[in-house]
Amino acid sequence: MKQLIKNGRVIDPANKIDKIADVLIDEGRIAAIGTNLTAEDAMLIDASGKVVTPGLIDMHVHFREPGQEAKEDFKSGTEAAAAGGYARVATMPNTKPVVDTAALVRGLQKQAEDTGLVHIEIIGALTKGQNGTELAEVGDMAAAGAVAFSDDGHYVQKAKVLLNGLDYLRTFGKIIINHDEETSLVEDGYMNEGHKSAMLGLKGRPTVAEDIAVARDIMLAEYADARVHVAHISSAHAVDIVRQAKKRGVKVTAEVTPQHLTLTEDCVDLTDSATKTNPPLRSQKDVDAMLAGLKDGTIDMIVTDHSPHAEEEKDVEYAYAPSGFPGLETAVGVLLTDLYHTQKADLPLLISKMTAEPARIFGLDAGTLTIGKPADLTILDPNQEWTVEEKNFYTKGTHSPFVGRRLTGKAVLTMVDGRIVMKDGKVIC
Amino acid sequence: MEKNAVSLRGKDILGLEDFSANEIRLVLETATEMKNIIHRDIKKVPTLRGKSIVTVFYEASTRTRTSFETAGKYLGADVVNITAGTSSITKGESLRDTLLTVEAMGFDAIVMRHKAEGAAAYAAKVVQHPVIINAGDGAHAHPSQGLLNLFTLQQHKGHLEGLKVAIIGDILHSRVARSDIWGMRKMGIEVHLAGPQTLLPRFLYQEPGIFVHDRVEDAIKDADAINVLRIQLERQKAGLFPSTREYARIFGLNDERLALAKKDVLILHPGPMNKGLEISPYVAYGDHSVIQEQVQNGVAVRMALLTLVLTGGKSIEAAN
Repeated sequence: MKQLIKNGRVIDPANKIDKIADVLIDEGRIAAIGTNLTAEDAMLIDASGKVVTPGLIDMHVHFREPGQEAKEDFKSGTEAAAAGGYARVATMPNTKPVVDTAALVRGLQKQAEDTGLVHIEIIGALTKGQNGTELAEVGDMAAAGAVAFSDDGHYVQKAKVLLNGLDYLRTFGKIIINHDEETSLVEDGYMNEGHKSAMLGLKGRPTVAEDIAVARDIMLAEYADARVHVAHISSAHAVDIVRQAKKRGVKVTAEVTPQHLTLTEDCVDLTDSATKTNPPLRSQKDVDAMLAGLKDGTIDMIVTDHSPHAEEEKDVEYAYAPSGFPGLETAVGVLLTDLYHTQKADLPLLISKMTAEPARIFGLDAGTLTIGKPADLTILDPNQEWTVEEKNFYTKGTHSPFVGRRLTGKAVLTMVDGRIVMKDGKVIC
Repeated sequence: MEKNAVSLRGKDILGLEDFSANEIRLVLETATEMKNIIHRDIKKVPTLRGKSIVTVFYEASTRTRTSFETAGKYLGADVVNITAGTSSITKGESLRDTLLTVEAMGFDAIVMRHKAEGAAAYAAKVVQHPVIINAGDGAHAHPSQGLLNLFTLQQHKGHLEGLKVAIIGDILHSRVARSDIWGMRKMGIEVHLAGPQTLLPRFLYQEPGIFVHDRVEDAIKDADAINVLRIQLERQKAGLFPSTREYARIFGLNDERLALAKKDVLILHPGPMNKGLEISPYVAYGDHSVIQEQVQNGVAVRMALLTLVLTGGKSIEAAN
């Protein structure tokens, strides 16, 4: 079977392509990219005025399997991914139980195969049960195909444990993703520490907690000559610490979320836990630093930190609500509305951070439209206007701070291995 | 004052940040009338007859809950109390469901105390008919306490504008301090804060009309009133100050420090007191102390609040 995508603006950052062209897909693989392509018996897809990109990659999602399927499962999670334009996601291991053995990794891979609509990479835990003290069987998990290791949700408090992880994982060529907030400084904190938290009487999560955690992890990676990846960076100072480290050759990479690129602590409303997330929404100065870091290469990629929770868990007192909200279905719209249409960032930059860059950092055979590669591909309509409504979400998660926002820009088609899994916002199972 | 221009009828009382100066004046003026009722032989007026009030307390409280209950009863309302230890809350009922249950029973006002900041605002979003009166939400707000402090100052000083008030102690965890800060600034009072630096929130210095001091003595100097905050002993265990002994010595209010204030300084304390820690017994029971009077003023202010939110204050004349 052939598909021919006509007249789209093809942006393939890995191959430095940005031109109006046709893309031919044959037997689930990219067959040709060029102008005026024709193919008999090909299904035609008109992409005039639209943007054709490699299938988007999100290296930081929480799909809650196993154990918390009321929040999300692989089916609902990958439907949300497909709806948002993502062809590949990586799931974090803070599930019940924690994904800390090869058997669990294999079980999830099987589950992904059976119920997942898009590719799922499994991130294993760095320590047993994410307890922060004993290394999990990361070698075994790496052999089973775990893509990376993380105690996400928790800071690896003991420096020696992280150093051991950095050293030990060198054998397997896998990297550690760190949730960097120094624990004792953020305990019981629900929002950024600042003027607003002071007046509300809420305990804050200060940026310095992130800064010192990022600094420590960079020092340890530098000392071990190992690679480390900073999850959802959010503090201006931390971005600068990463920038300086990169300058002196430390193998550090970093990711940022759409929310930390666009929202500030001013959005916090204690009657709605939608804005509650870790690290918290910061100040405008921090938001500006995220964009600067994204543009100068300090921040390598964009992730959603898609963190769905059940309605009844989020509809409680702000302090008692779990942190996080779903992001897969709003990321493209938010990024295009707040960064592209405002001329703060161009499309090749944004797309690179969601395709070529994550593929490069994590060694994925994905994120490109190279001839012969499996056809994971996304079509974006940068000008489509739409309103974020919870009832239209495919995720089981609720309480997104973007609900109600009028956005300009949306993924209109997602293709995985040549199969269309989403068209015009409708997921096709 | 144009009394008709402002009305609190149906307004949720969540924090003094939501109040205008005129609204605060209306409460204080109404409280003056209410205080007379407390001094009567027969302390019962029909102002709120047929109205029902429920107090929902998720945290322990003696004076605030009793004060609201008493206020409601003096005004002829029916008052029911729910406390966390003896209700379905212990069975894990969510705040939303508890509120909806209470609303379904037809209460006109819900007086709520909760340890989570923003819980009162959340409650106001959950229920439609009843007004929410915040009796303390975490370290965020305790508006009726802020109002009774203003009322007490007004009764003694005759005016509020231009006064200098010091608030001493654990500002970080204090909803009373925050309500004082909002209320006092709106009434033109200069607020001076001092305490251990570990118990002062960063970033407060950005607020106009607020002065943060390193030393208690500097905050107290020439003060018209000093509000001494309660120090919770668990703060010491959390490492926020070294010992109660050192606290009393360096930050406690004693006669020596009191002498730095104005001659007619008033001493306030929201209670319950740790005598010998944040305040010496001599100061607590001394000539300048209005701590007991605060309790009585609390009933008057809560009578005013309940009347104003439930009736708009129209029946005040009848009550007199």
